Amino acid sequence: MPPKVQHHKCNGCAGLPESRCEEACPGDLMVVDEATGKAYCRSTRDCWDCMSCTKACPAAAIETRIPYQLGYHKASLRPIMGKDRIIWKCVDIHGQETSYEYKNRLKR
Amino acid sequence: MANRPGGRRTTVTPKNLAEVRVEVVECDLLIIGGGNAGCFVAVEAAKQNPSLKVVIMEKAEIMRSGACSAGMDAINTYIPEDKTPEDLVRWSRDQVGGGPLREDLALSNARELNEAVDDLERWGLPILRDENGKIRYRGKWDISIHGEQLKPIMAEKAVESGAEVYNRVAGTGLLMDQGRCVGATGLHVRNGTFYVFRAKATVVSTGGAGTLYKSYTADSTNSGAQIWMCPYCVGSGYAMGFRQGAELSSLEQRWVATRTKDFCGPVDTISVGYKAPIINCKGEKVMSRYAHLGGDAAPRYIRANAPMEEWLVGRGPCYCDTRNMAPDKVTAMMTDYLNERPSFVLFLASRGQDVTKEPIEIYGSDPYILGGHTMGGFWVDIERMTTVPGLFAAGETAGGNPNKFVGGCAAEGKLAARGAIAYMKAAGPMPGPADPAFASQVEAEKSRVFAPLMRGAEYDGVTPREMKERLQRLMDEYAGGTSQFYRTNEERLDYALKHIAILQDQFKFLKAADLHELMEANETMDRVDVSEAVVHHLKARRETRWAGWQTRSDYPERDDKNFDCFVETRRDPKTGAVEAFTRPYEQIVSGERMKA
Repeated sequence: MPPKVQHHKCNGCAGLPESRCEEACPGDLMVVDEATGKAYCRSTRDCWDCMSCTKACPAAAIETRIPYQLGYHKASLRPIMGKDRIIWKCVDIHGQETSYEYKNRLKR
Repeated sequence: MANRPGGRRTTVTPKNLAEVRVEVVECDLLIIGGGNAGCFVAVEAAKQNPSLKVVIMEKAEIMRSGACSAGMDAINTYIPEDKTPEDLVRWSRDQVGGGPLREDLALSNARELNEAVDDLERWGLPILRDENGKIRYRGKWDISIHGEQLKPIMAEKAVESGAEVYNRVAGTGLLMDQGRCVGATGLHVRNGTFYVFRAKATVVSTGGAGTLYKSYTADSTNSGAQIWMCPYCVGSGYAMGFRQGAELSSLEQRWVATRTKDFCGPVDTISVGYKAPIINCKGEKVMSRYAHLGGDAAPRYIRANAPMEEWLVGRGPCYCDTRNMAPDKVTAMMTDYLNERPSFVLFLASRGQDVTKEPIEIYGSDPYILGGHTMGGFWVDIERMTTVPGLFAAGETAGGNPNKFVGGCAAEGKLAARGAIAYMKAAGPMPGPADPAFASQVEAEKSRVFAPLMRGAEYDGVTPREMKERLQRLMDEYAGGTSQFYRTNEERLDYALKHIAILQDQFKFLKAADLHELMEANETMDRVDVSEAVVHHLKARRETRWAGWQTRSDYPERDDKNFDCFVETRRDPKTGAVEAFTRPYEQIVSGERMKA
């Protein structure tokens, strides 16, 4: 389900034609609220959990969460995007942390 | 060349049709849907003729759109040095129980396949190789990739090729001139512009149709789109063609796959990639029951249906037994998931599950209509032209040719581009935008598309979500969804058709509060229209050929005498009547078909 936006980190990508999460979401679900300037997911029920928004956020303000009805509180998975590599940091509900790092591009 | 940003949303929407901004764009080649196939159409078109004006109408943003938006962990077909394109067609035929399938299409695709995959590697896709630099096969035909960036890699090349990409424009309908397609219309979901793309040839590559059926994970959760297919591929391409009389093929061969339970993730990754056997609650190896059909190498529909059969007879749950995996294999498997379905790794973490201690539970998915895994889609000729002249199809949208996957959809994009270019050279002039017949069809389509917005949020009508969920329940229970273990019969299908007709009549009550909801309203109408075709296909195949993909409780046996052929449907654009008919199968590649 839902990308959870940490408001203190989000500035709505002010100055860009659209925020990075609005740009990335294949379902047109991310929106920047005109009043607060913060991004939010307009319909969490329609989210595919593809994590495109989470990868795209320049402020690392978005976290993907599994709906509680399907998975327990609380685990996290954070992507850190490099130029030609990606690092994932995963913490399970017991606090066990695992990292994964690999090349995702042969060249830029 | 430009990749036009969708921009931020506007909350100021038109109050009446006259206020709707209309933009007319002239081009040589229009591509509807900039996914896997669509990107390859653009690159190939520029290669064939760099002076062509190519436009991509993209509902999302091309860097992360469609079925590949989350990434990919494998390319399921790449012909090894000791095999031939004919061998690949034989394998594909075996995977669908001997067919029927379009061997002409399959063969032409297979001949193009490796070059398209090589393109991806040249463009920067990491394909895993062994210490000698040889491509590492994970099964007979499939190779492993680190495809987290697969979609951006394809999209960058499409943009570099010079195509003009109109992001956040959702296709709504085809433009027609005396029975041929001369472009398409689209709704800009951020600024509300109605686009009229006039094209000498059009390729539709909008993917398949997910979300026609209810997913069991939608029950009592906040997860209505937790499915295997990209839930934003709703079958709009099929619907656009179907409404104009284009013939659809084989929609009854639905794609149903075994997926991880409660959170839809791939299973071939574990069972094929890491040889983790499928077991039932008693620890018995499920596929050994199907040894006479090939066991672990049995046709895909048998492998997909086997765990559900175990549930049905009381031997569920079923698992992929990962308990004997070495730690380095577990890391490799998790990396595969991170490439294709990263949130599944998060799901396992949210269950606190160590897969070397607890096996991964599996279950059947909701059914999808696809032309790249199974073979539902437009009937196309060898040039990939549909039965509507000027309208081509590629990838999941083109039917008759299963087991294309990423490489095959790419290859077919190239073939469709060549077909479209050949067509446009011979096509006659099109009417100008001011031609009365042309202008009136644009006006009619604009009125149809914007009607839910014009009714307004306060209107006492139906929301797009309500209608979508009504349809999904109907299809699940009456047209062979997961809750029914994929089975249906004549009476249930008649019931489904009756209610689909009611929904179509109730399009006039759909309402939208904003542009996003207006897109959803149009998507839901597309879903209903595609579902109508699906039900007609299921009705017409009075046998059970691919249990699970297509199961008729009232005709439980395969009937080669009457149904070793393709089931087709066509809707008359004037009357709306749907006719179902058959087309013969033709064997082109030698070998025994009915081994399974």
